[in-house]
Amino acid sequence: MTTRRQFLILAGGAAVSGAVEAQLPPNIEALRKAALAEAVRKVTGDAQVRRGKVKLDLPPLIDNGNTVPLSVDVESPMTSADHVRAIHVFTEKNPQPYVISAHLGPRAGRARISTRARIADTGTVLAIAQMSDGSFWSDSVNVVVTLSACLEDGLI
Amino acid sequence: MARVVVNLPQRARRGEIIEIRTLAGHGMETGFRRTQLGELIPRDIITRFTCSYNGIEVFRAELHPAMAANPLIAFFTVATESGTLEFRWTGDNGFSATHSASITVD
Repeated sequence: MTTRRQFLILAGGAAVSGAVEAQLPPNIEALRKAALAEAVRKVTGDAQVRRGKVKLDLPPLIDNGNTVPLSVDVESPMTSADHVRAIHVFTEKNPQPYVISAHLGPRAGRARISTRARIADTGTVLAIAQMSDGSFWSDSVNVVVTLSACLEDGLI
Repeated sequence: MARVVVNLPQRARRGEIIEIRTLAGHGMETGFRRTQLGELIPRDIITRFTCSYNGIEVFRAELHPAMAANPLIAFFTVATESGTLEFRWTGDNGFSATHSASITVD
């Protein structure tokens, strides 16, 4: 006979696994971290990512996560021998880590992009720049979000 | 045809670095929102933006649901020669928008 306790454990497990299949549950932080790490690895391919050269600029306190202005500035002479190939922006707490991947070259003249993002919750925003010599540089900013994007009720 | 706005200088000196600011009218539905009945609203976003200068691609971006509605993308390029810049946005459900602007370089 199934006791009440066994029934509850089984039912709880079923509910969790069902949610995983539907989409990443917003309350499971480990899954989000893993998704971010996976997304970064897809870009860098196990190469070392160093801090520096990149300046990610966005407001530390965000009233409305639905439209967050951000800019990424990379120190680079932008010559054909030494330039920025790509700039990637990721967030830690969104249902998906990707925000934008911009591909530029020596004809950009200046390695800077500005855009507006949606940010779901208080957490880290990460920018990674890929240089023409194959090295990766990054910068991250911790932001506090008061009104969440993506989910109307906010995250649990 | 979606409404797009592109802002760049009409004239520039040769070799000058100019800023190009682009805005496309699009709701960028994330695919994570639900209706009142609990059904997921399917994703409908712009996935790709390209800018070419006299036929040569100078900037390209892949966009994701985490981009805000009416995506703004601002970037720089070197004014090398007079000509036209072509901007193209493509996305889900066959979305496509183009814009071209001319620049005089002296």
